[in-house]
Amino acid sequence: MLQDSVQKFVHRHYSFDDRNAIIDSGSGYSDECWQLFAELGWLTVPFSEDDGGFGGLATDMMVLMEEFGKAMVVEPFVPTAVLGGGLVAALGSEQQKEQNLGPLMEGKLQLGAALYETNGRYNLASVGTTAKRDGDHYVVNGSKILVLNGESAQQLLVSVRTQGAERDEQGISVVLIDAASSGVHKKAYTTVDGHRAAQISFTDVRVPVANCLGAEGEALSALRRVVDRATLCVSAEAVGALDMLLQKTVEYSKTRKQFGTAIGTFQALQHRMADMFIECQLARSIVVMAAMKLDSNLPDAEKARAVSAAKSRVGRAIRKVGQEAVQLHGGIGITNELDVGHLFKRVTGIETLFGNSDFHTARFASL
Amino acid sequence: MNASFTAEELQFQEDARQFLEAEFPKDIRAKVEQRVRLEKDDYVRWQKILYKKGWAAPNWPEEYGGTGWTAVQKYIFAEQMARFGAPEPVAFGMKMVAPVIYSYGNEEQKKRFLPDILASNVWWCQGYSEPNSGSDLASLKTSAVREGDHYIVNGTKTWNTLGQYADWIFCLVRTDNSVKKQEGISFLLIDMKTPGIKVSPIYLIDGTPEVNEVYFENVKVPVENLIGEENKGWTYAKVLLTHERTNIAGVPRSKVRLEKLRALAAKTADGNGGSLSDDPIFKKKIAEAEIQVLALEYAELRALAAVSVGKAPGPESSILKVVGTEVAQFIDELYMEMAAWQSLPFVPDQFVEGFSGEEIGENGEAATALNYFNNRKASIYGGSNEIQKNIICKAVLGL
Ligand SMILES: Cc1cc2nc3c(=O)[nH]c(=O)nc-3n(C[C@H](O)[C@H](O)[C@H](O)COP(=O)(O)OP(=O)(O)OC[C@H]3O[C@@H](n4cnc5c(N)ncnc54)[C@H](O)[C@@H]3O)c2cc1C
Repeated sequence: MLQDSVQKFVHRHYSFDDRNAIIDSGSGYSDECWQLFAELGWLTVPFSEDDGGFGGLATDMMVLMEEFGKAMVVEPFVPTAVLGGGLVAALGSEQQKEQNLGPLMEGKLQLGAALYETNGRYNLASVGTTAKRDGDHYVVNGSKILVLNGESAQQLLVSVRTQGAERDEQGISVVLIDAASSGVHKKAYTTVDGHRAAQISFTDVRVPVANCLGAEGEALSALRRVVDRATLCVSAEAVGALDMLLQKTVEYSKTRKQFGTAIGTFQALQHRMADMFIECQLARSIVVMAAMKLDSNLPDAEKARAVSAAKSRVGRAIRKVGQEAVQLHGGIGITNELDVGHLFKRVTGIETLFGNSDFHTARFASL
Repeated sequence: MNASFTAEELQFQEDARQFLEAEFPKDIRAKVEQRVRLEKDDYVRWQKILYKKGWAAPNWPEEYGGTGWTAVQKYIFAEQMARFGAPEPVAFGMKMVAPVIYSYGNEEQKKRFLPDILASNVWWCQGYSEPNSGSDLASLKTSAVREGDHYIVNGTKTWNTLGQYADWIFCLVRTDNSVKKQEGISFLLIDMKTPGIKVSPIYLIDGTPEVNEVYFENVKVPVENLIGEENKGWTYAKVLLTHERTNIAGVPRSKVRLEKLRALAAKTADGNGGSLSDDPIFKKKIAEAEIQVLALEYAELRALAAVSVGKAPGPESSILKVVGTEVAQFIDELYMEMAAWQSLPFVPDQFVEGFSGEEIGENGEAATALNYFNNRKASIYGGSNEIQKNIICKAVLGL
């Protein structure tokens, strides 16, 4: 059902040309589409029924994201609904949820999660941004790299250190910071895959203590759980995009003629496409595994391990399928004219998001 | 072939180093280091300095202005160039059309074209590929029909690298439709200012208009611009393609990029309080790349030792093309992995001269993805790597 509804939407509103126009627009996403996401109920998918959502199942998010992946949807679903909303849902008080999740699901609130720092690479516990108590405020100082949707986000969820040294697991909190606060400085840009992000620095930003989500200094495990859900989402998105790359390559190989015959008749290329198919299937399979585990009652470590396995394996598939799709298209594959190059760029971006294959392989081994 | 350099070779290495230190323009060097895209003027200015020194065309026979260097000297020079980030002379004139002209052109043509190529007075581009003739180049359709003392050229060429800068284009054109496809092709030099030529840019996924489509509509080309004999163009072009292939191994550049990568990795945080150079997985990958480059280096030296000055190398050059491009692309991937989050910002304008906005990223990381995307071309052009393997199968393995 979800799949059907996204496919209809894409058919009507999200051709390759539509997407290019959206990327070139001022905000880099279409508010019209975002409102449709809200009307169609997609913004409720990441949230439990208790929080007023559709159920919050990873398996549902997977279906949605896979379709987004096929159409290379650039609307900030992951940063706003999965990361930002996810943190509020995981850590927030009833009041914080009410204030944020309602408007979010109605399409009226954009969020961004500012979690990573230059020194930290992919380590969520590496938090050098500090929040010092001053009466009933925190004073926040530090800077974050690549905040997805950082430009449009009205509220930022920022991981800060309220205690301890830079890489301590204890002492990390998540605070909600109004993006318009004085001392918040954004360097916004488009990412290689057509999304928007920003580098954001915080200089003596005053934040009410009441904006801390959950118990002070205790946010890390929830943070990891939420980022794992986002990781699953982009992995599923990649599965959709990789399938498209395969499909487009196979189609192209049937129509492109060289040496008097379709290039798809060369066995050297047929085996390469068979390998691409194998990669796509393995990527899909491991993402299904991870989604099912996230929806189960398994212990947290087990779930984290499943997500890392998925991201690691999907990253390998991305390398292979992405590069091969371009290679088998020849020159046309690296032009802006064709969607293949854009799919390649998107999956390449996903390879890095929330940790690349090496990071997740090591994490898998350590858990 | 020796494993180490002789005293004279070491002296030459020092001379080359000193020359580059003194003469390679500081502003161009800064651009290369900051990954600002080079403009036509940068290439031309630098090539003219090389010309003044007499070092513009190490591969040419001495009688036309070559340096008379040994293979080892050429190798040393290329390595020093890479070390300084000095761009190789743009290949189309110096390494592609010139060898065809001095090998197959008449005296008149040699006199007319070679000095201007050597002195970088004229910019050339390559007009081989067509929309429907890529790997199967011999199927090309752009026609040249003889009318009096002119050819009338009609058709479309595509993927012309830096054609927007070009004064001249060398083309493969069809002069006979009635014979086997390879036997009806001629090699024609065309002045880009001739009426009827239109150039239109093609944007690549790194955001640059690096290539072009070139349209020919009733373009009148004097017959004296034909190289060699009519319908023999394919033979000439094939020789040129093997020249192109050795240049493509890129060992010096890969070596220097790996050195830089290692230095940058030492400065890149691993997220756990150490640097990326302590990361055993990343260290292993760099080592693997280095080992591959070493093997490639000796494959190239062996190939060079077998080839005398000015002569085209044989089918082994396919190895250099395949491995050279693959290892360069692998190094691109390592740069991406190192840059992590910093690889994601897409700010191509930052790498164009005159950019005045706020810069994103440090150490030019924001260019890593652009390099990675752009360099996917390396396994496609110059005869794709699949075509190279077909050549190995046929010409070497006898399959
Ligand atoms: C950035 C860039 C710059 C270029 N610059 C120039 C230039 O300056 N001048 C110029 O003339 N050309 C230039 N080229 C063109 C280049 O040489 C062609 O792209 C190349 O020959 C491949 O042709 P194609 O792109 O049409 O791919 P196709 O020939 O359509 O090939 C598509 C795929 O099929 C594979 N394939 C084809 N035939 C076989 C076979 N028999 N067996 C197995 N696999 C096969 C190919 O390897 C490739 O993977 C450039 C290309 C690029 C991308």
